[in-house]
Formats: sequence, C-alpha cells, structure tokens
Amino acid sequence: MLEFTCVVCPWGCSLIVESENISGYSCSRGLAYAKNEQTDPRRDISGTVRVTGAAHPVIPVKTSSPIPKDLLLDAAELLRKTSISAPIKTGDVIIANMLGTGIDFIAARSIEAV
Amino acid sequence: MIYDVIVIGGGPAGLYAAAAACGNGAKNVLVLERDGETGGILQQCIHSGFGLHMFRAELTGPEYAERALEMLTNTGIEIKTNTMVLSISEDRTVTAINDHDGFMELKANAIVLCTGCRERTGGAIGLAGSRPAGVFTAGAAQRLINIDGYMVGRRVCILGSGDIGLIMARRMALEGAKVEAVFELMPYSGGLRRNIAQCLDDFGIPLFLSHTVTAVEGRERVEGVWVSQVDSDLKPIPGTEKLWECDTLLLSVGLIPENELPQAAGIEMDTRMGGLIVYENRETSIPGIFAAGNAVHVHDLADFASAEASIAGQAAAVFNTDKGDSNLKTVNIVAGDGVSYTVPQKIRPDNIEGAIHVHGIHFDAKCDIFFRIRSNYEDAVIEVHSESEVLEIKRGHMTPGEMARISLSKEFIKNSDNITIKVVNKC
Ligand SMILES: Cc1cc2nc3c(=O)[nH]c(=O)nc-3n(C[C@H](O)[C@H](O)[C@H](O)COP(=O)(O)OP(=O)(O)OC[C@H]3O[C@@H](n4cnc5c(N)ncnc54)[C@H](O)[C@@H]3O)c2cc1C
Ligand code: SF4
Repeated sequence: MLEFTCVVCPWGCSLIVESENISGYSCSRGLAYAKNEQTDPRRDISGTVRVTGAAHPVIPVKTSSPIPKDLLLDAAELLRKTSISAPIKTGDVIIANMLGTGIDFIAARSIEAV
Repeated sequence: MIYDVIVIGGGPAGLYAAAAACGNGAKNVLVLERDGETGGILQQCIHSGFGLHMFRAELTGPEYAERALEMLTNTGIEIKTNTMVLSISEDRTVTAINDHDGFMELKANAIVLCTGCRERTGGAIGLAGSRPAGVFTAGAAQRLINIDGYMVGRRVCILGSGDIGLIMARRMALEGAKVEAVFELMPYSGGLRRNIAQCLDDFGIPLFLSHTVTAVEGRERVEGVWVSQVDSDLKPIPGTEKLWECDTLLLSVGLIPENELPQAAGIEMDTRMGGLIVYENRETSIPGIFAAGNAVHVHDLADFASAEASIAGQAAAVFNTDKGDSNLKTVNIVAGDGVSYTVPQKIRPDNIEGAIHVHGIHFDAKCDIFFRIRSNYEDAVIEVHSESEVLEIKRGHMTPGEMARISLSKEFIKNSDNITIKVVNKC
C-alpha cells in the first residue's frame, strides 16, 4: 500500500494506492494524479530568468504544463542560464520545448521596456 | 477636492476594494501604494496556487496581480504608486508623500485600509546568539530572490513550517542551494499538506517537528544554528541540542497585520492577532474608515482577502450617501473555548442584507464569520451559542493553519447580544 498527498489543488487529499485500487481522491484530477504518480510523476514549477531593459532584473516564469519530476533541477538550472530582454507579455514563451519535453516555460507577468 | 473613497495599499485587497467602491457608485476613487507597482505581496509569490475562487484558474501571484489590476482599466480609478501614506485621522484626512506630488493632505468621505501584514522577526521570537549576516525572514528572502534576482545563501536551515517557509525551501533548492532542514516548534506543521509533499518530500528536505533554533553561530556570516527538541510546553529539552552547519537561516515564524496607521488614529485593535476590530461590513471603530485583507487578520488565500475587500469597498461607497445609523443594535461575536479570534467581531444585524430570490431559489440573509482555532481536531464540532439556542456544525478534521468559516442567518444573530463560537471534539 502506498499513501501520498495529492498536490493538484490546495485541498491536499490523502491518496491511497493498493495494487489496482485507488482511493482517497475527491475529484477526477486527483484520480488522474494518483495514476500518473505511479508511472510518470510530474510537477509544475515556477522560477525566474534574467531580463534586461526592464525595471526589475528578473521576471517570473512557469511551466506550461507539469514536467517529469526528475527534470525539476535541470529545468531550474536551465532558467539560471537564460536571459531575455523586455518587453514581455504574460504567457509569452520564454523557453520552448524545454529539455525536449515538448513543454514550455512561459512568462508569469508582463514587463515593460524602460 | 474630496475623494469619495481613498484606498490605502494596492495589494489584491486594495485593488478589489477600489473596484467594489467604484462598482457601487463611488466617483473619485484613489489608491495609494508605497511600492513601485501594485499587487502587494503577490508580486514575490511566483508559485502557482492563487485565484481558484476568483478566476477559476490556478495562477501565480504576479498573474493574479495583473488580472486584478486589469479589472480597474477604464474605471477612472486613480492609482498613485511610490506613495507612502504617513497618517490617517478620524476626520478622514490622509497624509502621504511621493517624489512627484511631495507632501499631500487628502480628504476622503470614506477610507479603506488595505495595508497587508508584515513578518515577525528573530527579535520577536527572542533568538539568542550573535547577529551575523545570513539571517533573513522568509518573505524578505523571497523578495530578494524573486524580484531583485539576488540569491541569499547556499546552505540553508529554515525555522517555521508554515506555507512561506515550505515554499521558500523549494525555491532555494531549485536555485541550487542545499536546504539542510526545516524545523517546526509545534508538533504539527501550519502549512498545507500539499506543500509538505511538493516542497519538502520532492526534494528530500527533512522536517523536524517539535524542534526550534535556540542560537545562531558565526561572527560575520552565519556558520551554523543550534537546534533543540522541545517538550510539550515548547521549552527546549536540555541535552538534545545539535549544531547544524549552514550559511543562511530563514525565519518563517508568523505574520502580523500592518497596523501603525490605524493605531495612531486611535482605531480599536484586536490584540489577539494584532489586527483590527471590524463590523460585518468591515467598518472599524471609526465611522467611515473600513479595512480589509491582511490588515484586518492574516488570510490564507489572496481570494479571501479580495472577497473581504469587496465587502469593505462596497460599504465605503455606500457610506458616501448613507452614513448609517450609529444607534443600531450591535451583537458581539465572542471567541469561546478552542477559538483564538473571529472576524468580524461585531455584527449589526440590521445591516445584513435581506433574503433574496435568484432563479426561484431562496437565499437567507446571512453573515459569514471567519475564525481561527487553537489546536488540531480530528472530529471537530463547532458550537454556536446564542442566548436562546445552540447550533452544532460537524467539521471533521480542523487545524489552526486553516481559517474556518461559518455562515449565520440574520434570524439567528438578531435576537442575542452575544454569540459565542466554540470548538469541541466529538466524544
Ligand atoms: C509566501 C506567501 C505565500 C502565499 N501563498 C498563497 C497561495 O498559494 N495562494 C493564495 O491564495 N494566497 C497565498 N498567500 C496569501 C496572499 O498572498 C495574501 O493573503 C494576500 O496577498 C493579502 O493581500 P493584501 O492586499 O491584504 O496584502 P498585501 O498583498 O500585503 O498588500 C498590502 C499593500 O499595502 C501597501 N502598503 C502598506 N502600508 C502602506 C502605506 N503606509 N502606504 C502605502 N501603501 C502601503 C504594501 O506596499 C502592499 O502593496 C501567500 C502569502 C505569502 C506571504
Ligand atoms: S483529489 Fe481533487 S480535490 Fe483532492 S487535492 Fe487532488 S485535485 Fe484537489
């Protein structure tokens, strides 16, 4: 038996997996998470990248969809090596197809050029 | 010129208060924000988890801030950033200062205080030892990393396992730091379980419950922290102390409402949580001065701060035309056994809007009461005592880390002078 916390939403339900049997979820997203966690665990992450020509030196970015959990640190490392220039709009793709996952890092705010 | 409504603070609460004031007929609405941009604490909270209620989407803090600001476009609401409010007074005069206008004395028919909260520091918890560089409050470190782009340390210990401490543990790990451990004084974490899973477990960061940092080592920079286990009275147990080597200590030891302005104006404070005493419409003890968001009490979710601000903003707009009746009956909401405080603390039943019919469905006139409990319950029952009846509400699992909410009908509230809320374990 495996017991872990669903991280899909702030409720944080306790999921229980017993061979084929999954319980403890309160919604379909939780069930999907429990299944995935066995075969292909994934997480969303946020971080910052350097930005030039703006009022702040960094701008927040986030994954467009969850990435494989074992790539989290590599993805963060990639962000540290990235620099972009203003202006940027929320949702702009900052790093496309990150680490060959088909998933992008997108801007989590807009920032004007100064 | 006299403003209809002046909102102090441009975080989510301030933006929602301004929008609600405007939407309810206030004409000249001004928002004063000391930072260079609006959004408040949200600008540094770059993780996802905001806006599930308001926007039906899981947003990062900056995205939430952007959407809240977009809500104000074409409303005519005036926003002054880089503007520090220095004082407010009973006659609703606001003094403020900025580079552009210099010193300003502004008059308003109504004021909404949305100044948010600040962090408790090492001094506030009586941390012993030297004062080397490398000790930060978790929120200050969050701002330095996420807004100023400055990494605060390489080898980190964190005291306090509330959500800010947990979120920062992950953030530091992602930025390449070695996060040694998170220590929590209480026998339970005040943070969301989800954050323990995705911020600590995912990165192999250990959490030590019933442990505290007793002293900091190091002359110029932190070289380590002394950590002890604590007993059931939260006192360090002699012989359990251990030195953890690190160059950085983050303190996530609680938030308190930012309250210099209302205190100086003589507004009645709630000493239990350092916030303000408010009525059902978030009016403070001074008529025409309202408050909302973390300035009143620390909210778990930005959405709740925004929702409270909508109540206050609407009431501030209404105050322009209707000063209200100062002789209305007031019911005190008393925090009974197991409850540390409630918001609102006072209710004028006559101000609770009447029952409504929408699409043929009847909604009772109701007032929501928010409160925090003192300890964990597995099988909690909330008891609400009026002078003539007792309501029992079953809640199952409850923790101090999560704000509790009940909804009481006007009918229930109006016949008492005092209503007491208690939490008990079901036997
Ligand atoms: C680390 C962290 C993580 C969080 N995670 C989540 C989460 O995942 N989901 C969620 O929904 N919520 C989360 N929250 C809570 C949420 O961010 C807050 O509840 C919300 O931002 C409170 O809004 P506010 O407007 O009351 O205060 P704030 O956002 O603090 O805004 C107050 C504003 O007032 C301004 N101000 C203060 N004094 C003055 C003055 N004298 N003159 C002019 N301006 C002034 C400040 O500069 C600030 O901009 C988190 C909070 C923190 C700190
Ligand atoms: S199971 Fe559903 S409700 Fe429970 S935490 Fe997961 S997503 Fe949220």
